[in-house]
Amino acid sequence: MSANSQTPKKNLLVRFLTMNTSGQTSGRDLPLWRQLLTQILCLFILFSVMFPIMYIVTLSLSSKTTRPSSLQLIPTEISFVAYKQVLDHPTGNPVSFIQLLRNSVGLSVGVGLVALLVAVTAAYSFSRFNFKMREVLMVLVFIPLLMPGVGLATPLYLLLNQLKVVDCGQGVTALLPWFACDGGLKGRLIFNLRDSLLGVGIAITAGALPFAIWNLKGYLDTIPKELEEAAAIDGADTNQTFWKIILPLAMPQLAVTFFIGFIGNWQEFVTSWLFLSQPKDYTLAMTLYNMTGQYASSIPWNRFAAMAVIVALPVAVVYIFLQKQIVGGLTTGGVKG
Amino acid sequence: MELANKKISGTKIKRNLLPYYYLVPAFLIMGVITFYPLIYQVIISFTNFETKHLLLGLNSPELKFVGLKNYIDIFTGALPVENFNFFRVLEFNFWWALSNVFLHVPAGVLIAVMLNTEGLWLKKLYRALYILPVVVPPIVVATVWRNIFDEQYGAMNQLLTSISILFGHLDPVHLRWLTEYKPPIPGFLPGAPLTLAYYAMMIANFWLGWPLMSVIATGALQSIPKDLYEAAAIDGATGFQQFRNITIPLLTPAMMPAAVYGFTITFNLFGLVFFMTGGGPARSTELLVTFAYNLVRNLRWFGVAAAFAVIIFFVALVVLLITNRITRATQSYSEA
Repeated sequence: MSANSQTPKKNLLVRFLTMNTSGQTSGRDLPLWRQLLTQILCLFILFSVMFPIMYIVTLSLSSKTTRPSSLQLIPTEISFVAYKQVLDHPTGNPVSFIQLLRNSVGLSVGVGLVALLVAVTAAYSFSRFNFKMREVLMVLVFIPLLMPGVGLATPLYLLLNQLKVVDCGQGVTALLPWFACDGGLKGRLIFNLRDSLLGVGIAITAGALPFAIWNLKGYLDTIPKELEEAAAIDGADTNQTFWKIILPLAMPQLAVTFFIGFIGNWQEFVTSWLFLSQPKDYTLAMTLYNMTGQYASSIPWNRFAAMAVIVALPVAVVYIFLQKQIVGGLTTGGVKG
Repeated sequence: MELANKKISGTKIKRNLLPYYYLVPAFLIMGVITFYPLIYQVIISFTNFETKHLLLGLNSPELKFVGLKNYIDIFTGALPVENFNFFRVLEFNFWWALSNVFLHVPAGVLIAVMLNTEGLWLKKLYRALYILPVVVPPIVVATVWRNIFDEQYGAMNQLLTSISILFGHLDPVHLRWLTEYKPPIPGFLPGAPLTLAYYAMMIANFWLGWPLMSVIATGALQSIPKDLYEAAAIDGATGFQQFRNITIPLLTPAMMPAAVYGFTITFNLFGLVFFMTGGGPARSTELLVTFAYNLVRNLRWFGVAAAFAVIIFFVALVVLLITNRITRATQSYSEA
């Protein structure tokens, strides 16, 4: 039975606070007036949640290239002109959408995979062995986590910027900073690690690795030790235990960590916006920023809206499928000693 | 059995080294791309590193070590940047994170409680749709809200206009959300003016923030045994008393880590601020991270930027120590 049937009349706020929160139906219906009041509140919240979403979807489905002069939250026309334009010709530069997509996917998938592969053995070591330097090394891995992405950007920019491949002429190439051209020639710059997707990938990995190690260690700690002991009795050595027992068991969490990383790297902006100067290397997130606000005086808002929807979709899909695991992974798996 | 013996007979040294073998790949890579840059950053922070030193770095003949000058300049506001005061930015940064969490957590809990009402129609639909803000990548959220708060064509002014028409005011609302410098409530936060842009960012981040708290609260609510409420009702506890004495204490252990997580995320929320206001107007919404980014990306004062990053590191360390203490305090409370 609900406890609320005897509740004396109180003000509205208190009434909402006092609802039975056990979440199970006991067969008794909500009094109609309270049902209606709650429904009104729910609908108001729904409106506030849907407002920006409907706004941007409606805008993206409009064929009008002028800026919106009045508020429209429900599409009056379904036109894919803006999507087509964005896919055909996303920026003012001669860069195809596929190229931008490839950059974004390559960066987020590449960083995610490398960070995972490198992190998993370290996480295993921290989780399963008790060795002299364990505490010290774990704190060492934790230190970069305190640094927000912006914090590591400066030194990485400077260091990666020094690594260059230059053409000295006459078929001679040089690799700076170790091998310079003869006779102090400056040469023609062919490749600068800083100004490349590889460089951005390296810089993002620098921050992603420590996070992956801590996240995976937290999960490996929850795998019972008995399994390994049983394996050891059966004659498996540590390497075999790791590959045949731990790794398969950790697969789900590896996938979750990968997708958390993917969601983050898909939106990566700080490093790529600082490092990259050539439009062919731009990512979708950078393109979206270029279409916003002061930078976008010439870009129709329907095209901006279409781009926003396109950038949002992959993350939304991943999230909807893995919602429980991701929320759980962030709040419980996370960074724990 | 034979194999097990073999394992035990393996030399002790080899076994002692095994954990290190597993660490080698990660530490080799982190040594080059994480730890070395961190050290390099500290070195750079004592120099006047600028664009002209880019080519040769520390080998640059004109590179000067300036001691603590960069740090002193940052703290005393001696940087040749308009409207920059380190302590105002720091205060605003803390206020920004705190004010957000203090809104998101209670709102998330209340909405979760409301959606947990038995017999509520369309409960599942609401739950599914309320999660949408969590699903949209924050970078998209930030750009979309930037355009919503556009003073000329933005949806917010248009929405306010249609509401004010309902009340008989026919003039279009024209709030300069992101550019107005005069704070709407002067003196609300002593020392740091809260411009209209702050409120715009609060609205956008509220939209983004409460649903996650609601998801976490819903999970925790459903693990509270129903008997507790029934027993309390038999003892004559009113609904409000039940909420205060059962729901709140039993939610705290789940909500506290969530609040701490929210705080740290919001404290360094680069994307929303950078995309919506760029730290403006007049640096009134600048966070530590956005200012650091301005230093390196726009001003290209690498030495100063490195010093600023080192300062951010220590601020983050202090934040961590405080939040750790809070989490621990509530843990012992929930176990008691």
